[in-house]
Amino acid sequence: MSAAAVTVRPPLWRRLVGFNLLTACVLGVGGWYVGWFAAHGVAGKSIAYFSSIDYNEVSIILAYICGVLGFLIGLGFFNYPLARLRGYPPSLRAKENEGVGRYFGLCTDHKVVGIQYLVGIGFFLFIGGLNAMLIRTELLRPNHQVFPAGTYLTIVGLHGTMMMGMMTSGILGPFGNYFVPILIGARRMAFPRIEALTFWLLMAGGVILETAIFFGGFPTGWTGYAPLNVQSYPGMDCYIIFFALVGISMTLLGLNMIATIVTMRAPGLTWTRLPIFVWGVLTTSALMVLAAPVLIATLGMALLDRAAQTTFFIPSGGGSSYLYQNLFWVFGHPEVYVLALPGFAIVLEILPVFARKPLWGYRLAVAGLLGVSLLSFFVWQHHLFVSGINGDVRPFYMLSTELISIPTGFTFICGMMTLWRGRIRYSVPMLFCLAWFFNFLVGGLSGVFLSDVPSDVTTHGSFFSMAHFHYTIMGGPVFTFFAAIYYWVPKMTGVQLNERLGKIHFWTMFIAFNSTFFPLFIAGFLGQPRRVVTYPLNLQFINDWVSASAFVLGASMLLFLYNFVRSLVFDRVPAPVNPWHSKSIEWQLPSPIPVHNFDRIPVFSGDPYGYGETTGPVAVPAGAPAGSD
Amino acid sequence: MRPTWWKLAGVAAFVAAAGVLIGLYVSKLSTDAGSSAYTVPVQMSGGHPVVNLTLETVAAVGPKLSPGHPDFVSYLIRDSKGNWRRSTVWRLPANATIHVTIYNFDGASGLRNPLFARPQGVDGNTMVVDGKSLAVLNPDDASHTFAVAQYGLVVPIAPVPDDAKHPCDFAPCALSSDHRTIQFTFHTGAKGHYRWQCLVPCAAGWIYGFGGPMQTIGYMDGFLDVA
Amino acid sequence: MSVASADRTSEPNHAKRVLVVWAVASVIATPLVAIFVGPLFPPGNGTEQSREQGLSNTWMVSVLTPVACLLLVFFVYALTQFRHDGGAIIDGPPLRNENRIQVVWVAASAVIVLFFAGFGTYELLQNGSGGGQGPSPIAVPGGHKLQVQVIGQQWTFTYRYPSYGGLETPQLVVPADTLIELHVTSLDVIHSFWAYELGVKADANPGVDNIAFVKTKGPRSFHIHCAELCGLWHGYMFETGRVVPQAQFASWIAQQQQTFAPVAKYLPAYATTYSPDPQRRAG
Repeated sequence: MSAAAVTVRPPLWRRLVGFNLLTACVLGVGGWYVGWFAAHGVAGKSIAYFSSIDYNEVSIILAYICGVLGFLIGLGFFNYPLARLRGYPPSLRAKENEGVGRYFGLCTDHKVVGIQYLVGIGFFLFIGGLNAMLIRTELLRPNHQVFPAGTYLTIVGLHGTMMMGMMTSGILGPFGNYFVPILIGARRMAFPRIEALTFWLLMAGGVILETAIFFGGFPTGWTGYAPLNVQSYPGMDCYIIFFALVGISMTLLGLNMIATIVTMRAPGLTWTRLPIFVWGVLTTSALMVLAAPVLIATLGMALLDRAAQTTFFIPSGGGSSYLYQNLFWVFGHPEVYVLALPGFAIVLEILPVFARKPLWGYRLAVAGLLGVSLLSFFVWQHHLFVSGINGDVRPFYMLSTELISIPTGFTFICGMMTLWRGRIRYSVPMLFCLAWFFNFLVGGLSGVFLSDVPSDVTTHGSFFSMAHFHYTIMGGPVFTFFAAIYYWVPKMTGVQLNERLGKIHFWTMFIAFNSTFFPLFIAGFLGQPRRVVTYPLNLQFINDWVSASAFVLGASMLLFLYNFVRSLVFDRVPAPVNPWHSKSIEWQLPSPIPVHNFDRIPVFSGDPYGYGETTGPVAVPAGAPAGSD
Repeated sequence: MRPTWWKLAGVAAFVAAAGVLIGLYVSKLSTDAGSSAYTVPVQMSGGHPVVNLTLETVAAVGPKLSPGHPDFVSYLIRDSKGNWRRSTVWRLPANATIHVTIYNFDGASGLRNPLFARPQGVDGNTMVVDGKSLAVLNPDDASHTFAVAQYGLVVPIAPVPDDAKHPCDFAPCALSSDHRTIQFTFHTGAKGHYRWQCLVPCAAGWIYGFGGPMQTIGYMDGFLDVA
Repeated sequence: MSVASADRTSEPNHAKRVLVVWAVASVIATPLVAIFVGPLFPPGNGTEQSREQGLSNTWMVSVLTPVACLLLVFFVYALTQFRHDGGAIIDGPPLRNENRIQVVWVAASAVIVLFFAGFGTYELLQNGSGGGQGPSPIAVPGGHKLQVQVIGQQWTFTYRYPSYGGLETPQLVVPADTLIELHVTSLDVIHSFWAYELGVKADANPGVDNIAFVKTKGPRSFHIHCAELCGLWHGYMFETGRVVPQAQFASWIAQQQQTFAPVAKYLPAYATTYSPDPQRRAG
């Protein structure tokens, strides 16, 4: 907020006009109507089997595509390519010095993109959580309908789809973008504009998904199985476009991360000195890049089946419902490891700081991350054990699924031995990381049950599998998401979060989370199927207990929001430069980190885990004396 | 630095706006694609409740009764004033005898599973079509069905022929248009919430004929609220 | 688990403590879990397949109990013993690795995991454990089988008995003490036939014949749910089936044939899959 020279700020209206979010929204809505009417004009009112259908699929799809294009134009994503076509010189920077306004548009500063991601994903996670509260409200009584039957399916689908779409970039988006360049000693990401694009595509997608409620919703849940998805209302198109945008965003994010980590590491930063968080980002990015395109292709086929009467997934037309299931899960299984791996990485990154010991078994931990990401491509048919796939392949997938728990276990042993004989301090980030071990243990052990085909016959499609994946996906990544927030927000903003409130948030969330999801294992074993709005009366007590716990879990999120807003907006207690006394390089920089990251590119001499070994920082700026802050 | 009250006002405004948006969102979800319930009048006959339920099925519900989906096929119920209303959630008494009359104004679509061409779960396993008792309908002729899974009740609805001279275009349909009359009787038991559906793929333009109106309460699906 | 370190002699042998507590906890907990929790596992003893699933679950929980005990004991011990909250920040000993521990951990986890995979495969190959195996099952139990076709459609199941002239009924009744070969298919979207107490789950895919085997035991009723999202009424697609004595089954068949005699001529010939017209126009 200080400047050497006095500058006159332009008037408000002048600051609002330009390539920013406001323009983007206006052009996005305008583009939507352009697409809608263009398709109506060209194709007539309907383009379907029979004229009695009153939905024009092509209109809706074209409307959303034009809307997204308008949105991107409004943000200014086409300015640079067009400028270069006209011969303007290349530039890596856009809007980086513009004050608060830079958060509301295309900014090439990776730190700004990180904070945009944090707020944006947080917003949509909140909406997904709201949907979860509505689900649990509906499940309070088996026979009383709070929501009409079809709407319940839409709410279930919205919850799952939003959470999955947003959490894939949940840790890489905010924290990968903000800290990977710093951790590797770079000033920027390899492709700064593409980085910004991944964020805005995700935001556009989130809004599009929610508009499904205006088009009849979608009844398929987050998996979108054919042929039901071909039969659905146009809300299904909103789902398809959302996931396609998520897929594109994921692919680009992964590519950017890989290019950055592989090519832009500072001198001295060899692969064995790389912080484990960066290894996690790298392996996750490999999964994203390989799996997301499969999703985009599958959704494209589903869109054609819906709008152009192709029959990729309709057996009577020569297609197969299995095609969709297999293609989806070829994406879907690596996807859940895209969710889980950043959790492993964050835990292993934060544990050494608060146990005051080096990361134990660094190479084993890296091997674990690599092993999980490699094996994750070989297990997808465990989602299809009873679907009538060829019986020959089931033992293979049972084996591969069981095998994947071996590299997962590496994270456990490395974390456990890091704690062993340490000097453990229970800060809020540490508490969340420790909770990860408990949650992922329960999730992982229940996964063993699900990977055993005889056991899976009863538990597939029941609340047991739902409890399993909530333990691994929410108990893992979401808890580490909060760990990362409490750990890194003091560096990102220069302001501390209230520790007492943080601890209350943690304990409420941890207890409520386990109270919500552990009984669901029992409900699943007792035969309650997923996504079903009614259940036998003898399960009412369990469901009511779970719903009450879920409401407390929701309240803990509100408590977090209260802490976040109060600490960052009102109290604004300045944070010390290195409150956690971490040896990692980002803590040797001022808070918040300046636009150019480093005055001089550092030279690395070791990994950031030298607790109990060295007293100096891990890297020094080239040519500068050691110990500079 | 902004003063504290300024920040507080900002946060309060934000929270209020969020609350309004959440309220709108939840209310949109709660009222969407539902159907208002209709309590069917009950007569007592010798201490036993008897209900006369009069329904009609139409080929297109029309812009007046459904501005959003004028082309949807639909069930309609006749209320005590003789008006046809689009409601598929009906309140019925428990342990009662229900005499049902259905006027069908729609043509044939054909059943995908011919088993449902035989009336089940009704008195005598038979239905009266245009005054004549019928034990089975040709499955290709079925126009709609009225089926309550939890009662094991299925009644196929006979069609208006394709070459009919005075078909009804939009609901509400008067009895002067070409129609078929189907009558049957069933019994309700304990109180509860029983769903009913049509089993004929009559949703034209949707794959397998089961999308659109066939998956929306208020058209071809509904509930019997037995109390 | 020992590492040469300057303060080694003054610290108690943490590793030995943890191992001893763990051993005691495992020895107590594992039999308790196997004996008392095992029988509680679903889906009960209604059929051979459901009993096998329960056995699988019991084995798994018994082997996993010591694993869970180890982690819980470790964490409780480590988080209390090595706590150093408040006061000056002190660093711990710079222990980065110990190969022995790595080898033991990797080997132990590999052994446990491979045991589960092998045990599960063995169970699975006996008779399919009640799961749908597709049109060419590899785990086929021997003996005489009663074929029953389950047809999933939006939103109900119907059942055909090919050995009784292709009779189709809306209710599932099967005889006791019989090996049943279920052929599950769908007429429209993907459903899933889940007979909870029978321990059977097989997805109903359109155009596909998904075969599952189940050997019934004594008479009972069982719950049938649809276990794959199939549209608006998916949650209401449930009913009750019955396992009845064999004599009663024959008379039930006869009664159903009589009830559905008027529609028998309209039913298509029995086939493993059906493709009725995907769409018919209305009016």
